[in-house]
Amino acid sequence: MAQIPIITEAAATTPSPKAITLRIARYNPQHDSAKKFMEFIIPYEKWTTVLEAILEVKKYFDHSVAVRYSCRQATCGSCGMIINGKPRLACFTKISELNSNVVTVEPMNNFPVIRDLAVKFERLFDTHHKVKPYLIRDDTEITTDSKEFLQSPEELEKYIQFSNCIKCGLCNSACPTMATDSSFVGPQALAQAYRYVADSRDKGKDTRLKIIDESHGIWRCHFAGSCSQVCPKGVDPAMGIQLLRGYMLGFRS
Amino acid sequence: MRESIIMKIHYGTALAAIALVAVHILIRLTQGFSESLQYESVIANYKFLPYAGMLEIILILLSIHGFNGLRVILLELKQGRAYEKAVSYGCVAAMIALITYGTRTIIMVNTGTG
Repeated sequence: MAQIPIITEAAATTPSPKAITLRIARYNPQHDSAKKFMEFIIPYEKWTTVLEAILEVKKYFDHSVAVRYSCRQATCGSCGMIINGKPRLACFTKISELNSNVVTVEPMNNFPVIRDLAVKFERLFDTHHKVKPYLIRDDTEITTDSKEFLQSPEELEKYIQFSNCIKCGLCNSACPTMATDSSFVGPQALAQAYRYVADSRDKGKDTRLKIIDESHGIWRCHFAGSCSQVCPKGVDPAMGIQLLRGYMLGFRS
Repeated sequence: MRESIIMKIHYGTALAAIALVAVHILIRLTQGFSESLQYESVIANYKFLPYAGMLEIILILLSIHGFNGLRVILLELKQGRAYEKAVSYGCVAAMIALITYGTRTIIMVNTGTG
């Protein structure tokens, strides 16, 4: 896609040592044929995040910049975007840690763009829902008297990191298979499938393995590992996928 | 067929092919390279049934592995129900055609019709 730089009045001055040039991708699929970049000079402090810089632009320069955000503390998973070429959470990325005078923000790859930095999450939520991300068993803690589904620390250890997923979509954005295979389940959903398959309280292993055992399922992962590199919560989807394959090849039970 | 079964076959054929191709290369090393490709040597190899049988097995293993690999690449390249069916059936047909052609060569040499 052609990238046509547009220099605004705000960018006319040279950045001071405590200011960066923020390049924001602007694209409205209803009107634009290609993505364009707008540049803004934004002052920053040591603790200023990329999200705060974008909100500064919205507040003082151009309120029409579309960005999704909510919690500002890496919990809601709303503000995923490509920052200087890498998928990151804008609220969790400090400008000072980027070591660059120019910060470029673009919408996440492998997601349809709604406008500017906001992308559609339907596919991610569909695949997440598809792997049945909940405990499957006949009995329940709620209706059975005095019954708890006890778990040892070792059993918890098997899946606990995967329960940290905030569904931000950065792993799907970084995945090279997602870029070419529009039907691929994706690392986020596969990691969640492992999270529940490995849970000792869950009885839906066979159902879940059957769901991901299709032509665009788990076997299409090339183990590039980029999903694990970009996860802001320390989840390792690539490892989860390999462990799931272990179940399917009969190495694990 | 479930994808996990296909992939088990895929991995199995790869491992078996590595082992048999290694044997094949070791046998070829017993002769000089140019001598190995001489017409008489090639015919003699095909007429030695245990070796011809191993070549046939290598052909089958590599055809299955190769065409499944091609199927996977093509499925990742483009999606769509009709396209995916065409790719899957096309790869199976090409695999059968290649195995048939290779088998025909071995049979023709052994029956003296080649």
